[in-house]
Amino acid sequence: MANDRVHLKENRFIPLHMPAPRTLFDKVWDDHTIATRPSGDALLWIDRHFVHEGSHHAFRQVAGKGLSVAEPGLTFGVADHYVPTRGRHEPIADPAIAQMVADLSANTSRHGIELFGISDPRQGIVHVVGPEQGLTLPGLTVVCGDSHTSTHGAFGAIGFGIGASEVAHVLMTQTLWQRKPKRLRISIDGKPLPGVGAKDFILAIIAHIGADGARGHAIEYAGSAVRALSMAGRMTMCNMSIEAGARCGMVAPDETTFAYLKDRAFAPKGARWDQALEAWSALSGDAGAEFDREIRLDAAEIAPIVTWGITPEDALPITATLPDPVHAKDPSRAAAIQTALDYMGLTAGMKLSDTPIDRVFIGSCTNARIEDLRAAAGVLAGKTARVPGLVSPGSTAVKVQAEAEGLDRIFIAAGLEWVDAGCSMCVGMNGDLARPGERVASSTNRNFRGRQGPGVRTHLMSPIMVAAAAVSGRLTDVREMLP
Amino acid sequence: MTPVKHVSGPAVALALASVDTDQLIPARFMSRPRSQGYGHFLLHDLRRNGDGQLNADWPLNRIEDAKVLVARRNFGSGSSREAAVYALVDAGFGAVIAPSFGDIFQSNCVKNGLVPVRLEDHEVETLIAHLLAEAGAIIDVDLDQQTVRAAGHVFRFSLDPVWREQLMNGWDDVDVTRSFSAQVEAFRARDRARRPWARPA
Repeated sequence: MANDRVHLKENRFIPLHMPAPRTLFDKVWDDHTIATRPSGDALLWIDRHFVHEGSHHAFRQVAGKGLSVAEPGLTFGVADHYVPTRGRHEPIADPAIAQMVADLSANTSRHGIELFGISDPRQGIVHVVGPEQGLTLPGLTVVCGDSHTSTHGAFGAIGFGIGASEVAHVLMTQTLWQRKPKRLRISIDGKPLPGVGAKDFILAIIAHIGADGARGHAIEYAGSAVRALSMAGRMTMCNMSIEAGARCGMVAPDETTFAYLKDRAFAPKGARWDQALEAWSALSGDAGAEFDREIRLDAAEIAPIVTWGITPEDALPITATLPDPVHAKDPSRAAAIQTALDYMGLTAGMKLSDTPIDRVFIGSCTNARIEDLRAAAGVLAGKTARVPGLVSPGSTAVKVQAEAEGLDRIFIAAGLEWVDAGCSMCVGMNGDLARPGERVASSTNRNFRGRQGPGVRTHLMSPIMVAAAAVSGRLTDVREMLP
Repeated sequence: MTPVKHVSGPAVALALASVDTDQLIPARFMSRPRSQGYGHFLLHDLRRNGDGQLNADWPLNRIEDAKVLVARRNFGSGSSREAAVYALVDAGFGAVIAPSFGDIFQSNCVKNGLVPVRLEDHEVETLIAHLLAEAGAIIDVDLDQQTVRAAGHVFRFSLDPVWREQLMNGWDDVDVTRSFSAQVEAFRARDRARRPWARPA
């Protein structure tokens, strides 16, 4: 958490007769502001609202007020948090889970909301499905009762997670009150080393600024290394903005964005597409637009990163040794390090790469897109995993694509289980859990205590690092396995 | 929502940083309707031993009528689950004091009449030391004065003015927004003409 690279900038004087240069975030924010209260918060128009099984609290609030959904055409339901990843064609065995899935169907159908339900070919994790279906577009506001809604910012949208009361508010009004966050630009320039990618970038950022380091800020990711990322990589970075404490994360839309969206099911077509392209091309920040804070990283200095503790800021290069509370900057940090080491069953000073693992998981809204699966399969091809594990594609469409490419056969031949799409073992709501005390190498976003099951120890890393860990049975520098 | 101007009562310290919402309420309890009460799910796994029994040494298990919780930085980080706030409110808490909060958690607090109070690190450490010496000591949070009082200390805090107004008046966001319905309608009409591409094809 060194602050040596954090540069606070002074506000520069801007002449009154010229329109102030605006950032990407400013432009999208201004475009959606309906009204501003004297106290400073804005009423924002919401372009896309995704609901899932967990939205039952909000639907109950709507029913309690006796109101209906203001814009069902801008609202989409996705079954992802609770859906089983095995035996999709059989009735759901757990009655509580079956009820959650049934309630989502009933609530969406009652309000005329389109649902990508459990047996729909468009089903998947909401933050994979929204972009995949062309529902997520540059310049939109996107909300969902899920903190990883920040993912959608990869398209140059303002996307953020909201609680149940705000979900209910959006359902009833298609608007949301928000205080304008400050603007933070994080630039990554240079060429990353082989084996290093978007997941390592974002984990390095969180380790650098802390899990609350971007609190109160909207992040814009910029720089040549971000520009060079695919949409999948940009989504991985924006996805974990919340793990840095940010309201949202964004990347300015460009040719990569437009090429991804062209001809997607719900994306604009024909003349509308041309109008959209014109609007999207004007979204990038103006020259001279000011950020409240700037951070710069050099891509070439970033190694493959893994987490060792119980918050995503507890992250280190795989080549590192574990921290010692004795050297912590203050007693409360020393206590936090000791608590993390104790829970994780690790010892100060040991090499991270000496850590044996019991299980692997490749999945989640962070890293289960086709590019992630291809990369992981590339490491696993012709090899055998030393530990059991699960591969859950981010969506049913990703699953179909992966099977067409034969990726499923590589995972299965390595000894891993290939299952259906959903949030699965990232959060374990559907029962996909590890056993108490087990250590999991995971491509997910949260290493919180008990997140993957009571007493389970989670190490976060990129999908190729998970694949490398599966092959060696311990946390491993994937660069040793690259050709 | 009931207006909140003042929260005063026994306090407990949670001398931990980054108590995330997965700790505040584990995911497996969230399928239940709120009407069943979420209070006994609060910090369910953290306050229990491996055998599932409540850990008698845990401050939260000793002070049953606690109203104020004091914790270290990054409290309520993680998932957007409002159930984390339901668990605190249903367990009787009216205020949470920490050096920093999860962004979505903080907003969820206000929607449910729970006051998120941000103090400086050293002020929080003073309160934690006080509560570790005397579990259940009284802490007084005054929204009007924006002060926290405990054991002769007076700490000032600053709450977002919109949130403060909302808490102190017990306002419901939806009712406020409906008073803006003319502006919303005008925006919607203008926006449809301006951004025809923005609706799903």
